[in-house]
Amino acid sequence: MVEQNNGNRSATISVLVENESGVLARVIGLFSGRGYNIDSLTVAPVERDRSKSRITIVTSGTEMVIEQIKAQLGRLVPVYRVQDLSKDGPHLARELALIKVVGIGDARQEALRLADAFRARVIDASTESFIFELTGATDKLDAFLDLMRPLGLAEVSRTGVAAIARGKSTIE
Amino acid sequence: MDGSIKTTEIMKSGAEALLRALKDQGVDVIFGYPGGAVLPIYDAIFQQNAIRHILVRHEQAAVHAAEGYARSTGKVGVVLVTSGPGATNAVTGLVDALMDSIPIVCLTGQVPTHLIGNDAFQEADTTGITRQATKHNYLVKRSEDLSRVVHEAFHVAKTGRPGPVLIDLPKDILINPAPYAEPNGLPHRSYRPRTAPDARKVAEAVALMKRAERPIVYSGGGVINAGPEAAKLLMEFVRLTGFPCTSTLMGLGAYPASDPQFLGMLGMHGTYEANMVMHGCDVMLNMGARFDDRVTGRLNAFSPGSKKIHVDIDPSSINKSVVVDVAIVGDATETLRALIAAWKADTQTQDREALAKWWQQIDVWRSKNSLRFTQNRDPGSIIKPQYAIERLYKATRGIAKDTYVTTEVGQHQMWAAQHFKFDKPNRWMTSGGLGTMGYGLPAAMGVQVANPDALVIDIAGEASILMNIQEMGTLAQYRLPVKIFILNNQYMGMVRQWQELLHGNRYSESYSAALPDFVKLAESFHAVGLRAEKVEDLDKVIAEMLAVDRPVIADICVDQKENVFPMIPSGAAHNEMLLGPEHKANAGGYGGGSVTDEGLVLV
Repeated sequence: MVEQNNGNRSATISVLVENESGVLARVIGLFSGRGYNIDSLTVAPVERDRSKSRITIVTSGTEMVIEQIKAQLGRLVPVYRVQDLSKDGPHLARELALIKVVGIGDARQEALRLADAFRARVIDASTESFIFELTGATDKLDAFLDLMRPLGLAEVSRTGVAAIARGKSTIE
Repeated sequence: MDGSIKTTEIMKSGAEALLRALKDQGVDVIFGYPGGAVLPIYDAIFQQNAIRHILVRHEQAAVHAAEGYARSTGKVGVVLVTSGPGATNAVTGLVDALMDSIPIVCLTGQVPTHLIGNDAFQEADTTGITRQATKHNYLVKRSEDLSRVVHEAFHVAKTGRPGPVLIDLPKDILINPAPYAEPNGLPHRSYRPRTAPDARKVAEAVALMKRAERPIVYSGGGVINAGPEAAKLLMEFVRLTGFPCTSTLMGLGAYPASDPQFLGMLGMHGTYEANMVMHGCDVMLNMGARFDDRVTGRLNAFSPGSKKIHVDIDPSSINKSVVVDVAIVGDATETLRALIAAWKADTQTQDREALAKWWQQIDVWRSKNSLRFTQNRDPGSIIKPQYAIERLYKATRGIAKDTYVTTEVGQHQMWAAQHFKFDKPNRWMTSGGLGTMGYGLPAAMGVQVANPDALVIDIAGEASILMNIQEMGTLAQYRLPVKIFILNNQYMGMVRQWQELLHGNRYSESYSAALPDFVKLAESFHAVGLRAEKVEDLDKVIAEMLAVDRPVIADICVDQKENVFPMIPSGAAHNEMLLGPEHKANAGGYGGGSVTDEGLVLV
């Protein structure tokens, strides 16, 4: 749980939903309609038969607002379960980024060295560019991107956060 | 709602499967308007007699009529409109039902599945447009989903916190054969609203209330929605505890207005005693209300010293704007039953002496008689709007029929809420949350369809009534003897009142210019038109209106300058009420007195 100033906190919320058309629009519409923040949102089917999807939302607000967000999500008809990972116990959160760095000479060498230090994989290379694949917590990705910026950072694609509770407990 | 299907048979068309599903859901009437995309349904309607169709004159009215039907019967109201403009016209009604938690199933036509997304004639993204306007919505893309979706829609509409559910029906789905499955009664996969209260929370609430010295029961629309049993239990609980009881606009009738323990409506135009009690109480039981801004006034000054117990079926209503001490998620009937049992089982004795003192204080507040007004009875005097409602109320007491009242939105609505007394639930239908002008006439139509022998009155303003006046045609067609009682002050009265109090008497665009002659208008729609211009006309016009077994418009010409009091100005607290025009100077003009700049931005 990250405490922010003015009583706001960041929350990572997992929502298990029926995998039906419009369900993501319902969730996003809820956030925009009620003025809540979305810092990150990911969604993909998680059941073998693709009948359920898991949405992970990173949001921020006062404790009252976050409780309200959870309650509002909970009353959407296709929602099975809402879990506040930041509150309910320790959890893991990861995202993946594909990062294109364009450059030659020393900058190129330095980018490669830093990528190695961050355990970013090179998944594409040309004489003037690299594409790195990096997985980790959001702040690790942010730190890496900050380092790449002066070294020719050209383009970024990030997945947003996927998160899960530690230990044997599950969302269901 | 999947799994064991009782019986499956193939119906000739989706439209037939749809009607069969409606019949199995107990639907006896549909409010609708035909169009290209729903022609297969209209064809199926033509070939059966189980379900009656009421043809409205505008799709918005179809939804309000279904709302009136739903609120007066407790059943789900059903609407049928075509694609595109049919659906978009229905949106206001859907949001109205969403805000006031009214169970509606709205069936909309859609272009055939292969044309969806092609900007076809009368195509609109109906599920997209109504996603935030409904509790839930569906687009049926496969014939095999049709009957399941219809059953599910009714379940979602009427359970938990009720609300409107929309089903978008592409024309090919309506034409092609479709399998029909009866409702299977299995629980929904993901939607399972909680109705049983947590026993520990109930005990906690009772412990707080037993120790209360200055208690109040603040009851809302949730008690009405839970059904007449909840209203009976509310009465039992209030009697058992000896607590005073107030009600929101939406909750009127759940507790009998004629009972001495009832303090009247609370909030912006609530009684002085109800608001002072809310401000000064030490324990508040909110039963099925949602701390609406019209009720709380300035939030940081709302009931500052009280412990708050909030019972609501919707978890998202709890701690939304007001933080409470005991939160109980549950249905009003079940929770009231549990509270009564726990109260009786609890061994603590009540501080009856403190309660008696509280009632003495309440009587002092009551003696202000905050709903007072003065009517000059000399012949030729102008009619006060409050007096008109009071006389109407008195007149309806004298007749044997059950009386239902709907309203439009504005000053007349508040005067009706203040001066028309309801002793039973489901007799009062008004647009509370959305505040939809034009609600009252179609709602009254729906009430009259559901209760053909009842007296149904739409208390209206001359501005609001024009918003759905076309429904006079529907009244005529179905011989619905709705009485439209217009308090005609030739102004959008509530707008004018705010302009007077907050905008320096600049009556910008609030004058009702070029009004029709309502008597002739009534006559042209095959109804009876009456008019009262002077105080001596009033009783006669009311008597005549009630005596006629036809639709009536009674045009009651009332004092243009009258304002609704008491009033808690925007941004003020409950104990900062304006009791009458003599307090106006306090609030007048920008930045003057008790209306702060902060209050001015509030609606």
